[in-house]
Amino acid sequence: MAAAAKAGEATLRHAFGNVLSFFILLLIGVLAFSIRLFSVIKYESVIHEFDPYFNYRVTQFLTKNGIYDFWNWFDDRTWYPLGRVIGGTVYPGLTLTAGTIWWLLNSLNIPLSVETVCVFTAPIFSAFASWATYLLTKEVKGAGAGLTAAALLAMVPSYISRSVAGSYDNEAVAIFALIITFYLYIKTLNTGSLFYATLNAIAYFYMVCSWGGYTFIINLIPMHVLLCIVTGRYSSRLYIAYAPLVVLGTLLAALVPVVGFNAVMTSEHFASFLVFIILHVVALVYYIKGILSPKMFKVAVTLVVSVGLVVCCAVIAILVALVASSPTKGWSGRSLSLLDPTYASKYIPIIASVSEHQPPTWPSYFMDINVLAFLVPAGIIACFLPLSDASSFVVLYIVTSVYFSGVMVRLMLVFAPAACIMSGIALSQAFDVFTRSIKFQLLRILGFSEADAGDGSSANVVPENDAVKVDKSEETIKERPSRKNKKKEKEQMEKAQAEKTSAKSKTEKRLLVLPMELSVIGLLLLVFMGAFYVVHCVWAAAEAYSAPSIVLTSYTHEGLHVFDDFREAYAWLRHNTEVDDKVASWWDYGYQTTAMANRTVIVDNNTWNNTHIATVGTAMSSPEKAAWEIFNSLDVKYVLVVFGGLVGYPSDDINKFLWMVRIGGGVFPHIKEPDYLVGLLLLFVETDGKGFDRVRRTEIGKKYFKLTHFEETVYLENFLPHYIYLLTVITRQRGREQAHPAQKEADHERRILGSRK
Amino acid sequence: MAKLLLYLTLATSLIPLFSVAFSPENPTDRRVLVLVDDFAIKSSHSLYFGSLTSRGFQLEFKLADDPNIGLQRYGQYLYDALVLFCPSVERFGGSIDVASIVDFVDSGHDLIVAADSNASDLIREVATECGVDFDEDPAAMVIDHINYAVSNFDGDHTLIASDDFIKADVILGSKKIEAPVLFQGIGHSLNPANSLVLKVLSASSSAYSANPKSKLSNPPSLTGSAISLVSVVQARNNARILITGSLSMFSNRHEKSGNEQFLTEISKWVFHERGHLKAVNVRHHKVGESDEPAIYRINDDLEYSVEIYEWSGTSWEPYVSDDVQVQFYMMSPYVLKTLSTDQKGHYSAEFKVPDVYGVFQFKVEYQRLGYTSLSLSKQIPVRPYRHNEYERFLPAAYPYYGSAFSMMAGFFIFTIVHLYSK
Repeated sequence: MAAAAKAGEATLRHAFGNVLSFFILLLIGVLAFSIRLFSVIKYESVIHEFDPYFNYRVTQFLTKNGIYDFWNWFDDRTWYPLGRVIGGTVYPGLTLTAGTIWWLLNSLNIPLSVETVCVFTAPIFSAFASWATYLLTKEVKGAGAGLTAAALLAMVPSYISRSVAGSYDNEAVAIFALIITFYLYIKTLNTGSLFYATLNAIAYFYMVCSWGGYTFIINLIPMHVLLCIVTGRYSSRLYIAYAPLVVLGTLLAALVPVVGFNAVMTSEHFASFLVFIILHVVALVYYIKGILSPKMFKVAVTLVVSVGLVVCCAVIAILVALVASSPTKGWSGRSLSLLDPTYASKYIPIIASVSEHQPPTWPSYFMDINVLAFLVPAGIIACFLPLSDASSFVVLYIVTSVYFSGVMVRLMLVFAPAACIMSGIALSQAFDVFTRSIKFQLLRILGFSEADAGDGSSANVVPENDAVKVDKSEETIKERPSRKNKKKEKEQMEKAQAEKTSAKSKTEKRLLVLPMELSVIGLLLLVFMGAFYVVHCVWAAAEAYSAPSIVLTSYTHEGLHVFDDFREAYAWLRHNTEVDDKVASWWDYGYQTTAMANRTVIVDNNTWNNTHIATVGTAMSSPEKAAWEIFNSLDVKYVLVVFGGLVGYPSDDINKFLWMVRIGGGVFPHIKEPDYLVGLLLLFVETDGKGFDRVRRTEIGKKYFKLTHFEETVYLENFLPHYIYLLTVITRQRGREQAHPAQKEADHERRILGSRK
Repeated sequence: MAKLLLYLTLATSLIPLFSVAFSPENPTDRRVLVLVDDFAIKSSHSLYFGSLTSRGFQLEFKLADDPNIGLQRYGQYLYDALVLFCPSVERFGGSIDVASIVDFVDSGHDLIVAADSNASDLIREVATECGVDFDEDPAAMVIDHINYAVSNFDGDHTLIASDDFIKADVILGSKKIEAPVLFQGIGHSLNPANSLVLKVLSASSSAYSANPKSKLSNPPSLTGSAISLVSVVQARNNARILITGSLSMFSNRHEKSGNEQFLTEISKWVFHERGHLKAVNVRHHKVGESDEPAIYRINDDLEYSVEIYEWSGTSWEPYVSDDVQVQFYMMSPYVLKTLSTDQKGHYSAEFKVPDVYGVFQFKVEYQRLGYTSLSLSKQIPVRPYRHNEYERFLPAAYPYYGSAFSMMAGFFIFTIVHLYSK
């Protein structure tokens, strides 16, 4: 009777817990969505920054022309005159996602504009990502840790920085895809279900569609598999989790046009194939071990190991030969700069010139993950108590992502979910310990017997059960190789084992009781830390990461001032120039020019052709006449130059000028960087005498000059961060230059942007 | 007074309606402004002006320092061509200055500048803007002690005779100029780097430029055939300019010389009665189709055609030549092909689009001495194959298809055998 009541109470509590979890998750989703709306509320519902404009333009094309035209889209309005095969060079995941959402809403008669859908794709997917985090962490350490991790991820600033409303970039959906892929991998590993393995391959396919960062998955999972094999944790579940992923995943990845044969031909994918082979060898070894007697097995081992070694050596030799025959050793520049952080700045200025490819500074860790940085070590320790397949995966995930985030600021984004999971585990375990000790102490103070107190600990039924499950799986792993697949026997064994371990853990838990005061203080401190984190995240979302960067704001004594000159400049281009006119600018503004002004550009943010960018860099850093000739050969009509000296906008073309020189000089050796430096100061020219290099805090070298080959056409508002020069065709050639010695000298000295000494 | 003003405005506003102005369809100049130092030039140079009016030009004579002269009104140019027969003017009247003359040329209008031995700095400045440098010594004249005019022997040999013409029928007409041209004035030199200016009449190798009144103390800066007497410029916008250092060359005095024929022919050229080409009906399409596509695919076969006509002064005649070439151009020409002509002005060529995608241009860059330059470019993107334009089954891949399907079949049979055999 009493037992039945207790059981009923337990199911009720279970159901209540599930409902509560569901509502918590729902609220976490709402939180993740709404914390990213600061940008819409503070500014407006617009696409942000540079790359999102390209994605937006592609999405517009997709919704207008359909998927086949998108696949075969040859864009003649960028990279003039080379053009760009958009369908084959773009990761289509984000575009297809937003396009599908738009199509779905429209077929439900909800007529939203494409732009609106694009703006809100990232917040929606960050809600999905936090749910995926819940699932992943739940698989690792139980629902409590899952909920904590999901809540942390919903507002981690690092992720917010890439997924505020309007930040319509690949990462917005890719982080969700990354986490869901990891979840499905862990789920398959825990259950050994082929169903989840297939889902895992599909999730991996979505990730490949979405982001180039998929190589992280296809290297991390093999690493984990190898780790499991090396530590003797091989099981058929591991095989099921990995082998279908490699086969199906590689096949699916090869379907994405931008990846194509790269899925089997570049070094980034080789690790997965190597581990695939090793896994099969190990599986064969276990199989043979199972069917042979120990003595025969010893003989077989020597045979198999020697044969396997020979095969492995052969394969490795072939791989090495293949890789060595390619000039970059088969690694793309961005990947090489991951392994050798100094690689990019040494050899590829175009990669080093992007600020998000720089290594982060320490403050940026505090800014981007805040208190999680302190919780992560605790989480790692918690993962070792006890170590399961799942928790070892999470540990591996965080270790590798810490390394990668240290190489590139941008990869902080991959590190953030790992940090959230770890911190979630740490927080949840800490709360667990503290609340349990408080409860235990309270019960003792109130005078209950030891036995009742023991029953009272069933409040922690969920984590306990999970701990049992984890223990169980661990045991089975250790047990399995030594016995054959007889189900009944196994289950009996497991049941006995489970009872034993639960009894053991109960007694252990009673020993792990902390003093009451310490627990209360610890709880309070944890709550304070959480509160600090929330405050920081809201501040970061509202102040630091919500600016759309196409609109600049400044606070003056008169109040908030908004500079909308970028959009005004693009609007000017759109309304005042011919449809086929070409606009040259530094590549940062390429995507925006094509999307907002609908004019052909020479280079854009998809930096696929270094020579073309170097040509523009050379033109920008050449004397006026030479620059005119370069631009004229590219049929350029307008040159867009950003100058922030007057309003104090630091990331203008003067800031970027040194990169123009470096990138230009990398291809055209007559551009030499030292020519543009005098001592440590850069020499620059500006027309209005207000030239000032904001970043280097130096006044530019040349001021007050006249342009002969270019003509200023737009003088925007009173702040003029933009100059657009019209290229004039010189109809006559002047005679006698000696007649104007001053002019001649000026001709020699003049540069569009820079001046040699 | 008010009535007069009204008439004036009416008259001026109607001028564009009555006169046939320069236009792309009718490129000969009609309205010519002649600026003179004094109106005596009108009678002393009447032969030259007479040949212009007889060809239908409307000459408007104004004093160079007339305060009411202007080249444009309300943004519209009032004249198609400007003749500066005012070598000594120090300042133009009205709104005309060097910059406005330069703008006049830059907007495609023609110009004749005649300097003289006492040429002012203003006229020199105009010439310099056009790429011609007069001798810097203000008193210098071209002297030739061998090829001087016998008729006017006054001892200093400044009236020289020259027959060193440019060899271009399109500039000087197909009829040979029999007698040498008599020239008295200052010489000029051309910057060798300047590709737009042409030496039409150069001095003989025995000529030099110096002050005839003073003794020659140091060697003259300009000597021999480096001295240009008459030069023409064809700007990149096809505006034509004639510059000479002698105003008296145009006068009625030199009756027996070749001056009249030379000047008539060259002013035909300057005023676009000759050597003006136009290209129309630029078309391209795939072979076998007639519609112009918006985009080509790599390896398409296409046909390009253009019609070229030459202006004869009264009508457009077919231009016949065998050296017109079309380029299929993307940063460099991928295809360069000579167009074949049907002798009626229609040029065409067929070629295959190269196996490179990108934004190409059909380019015709036709620059021949004396002719207006034809520079046609038409942008056309070339795309790669669509996903379904490749071959579906490659013969070379049949072993792979075979291996894949045999593997599937083998696996199926193996499964059956493994599961159901005892």
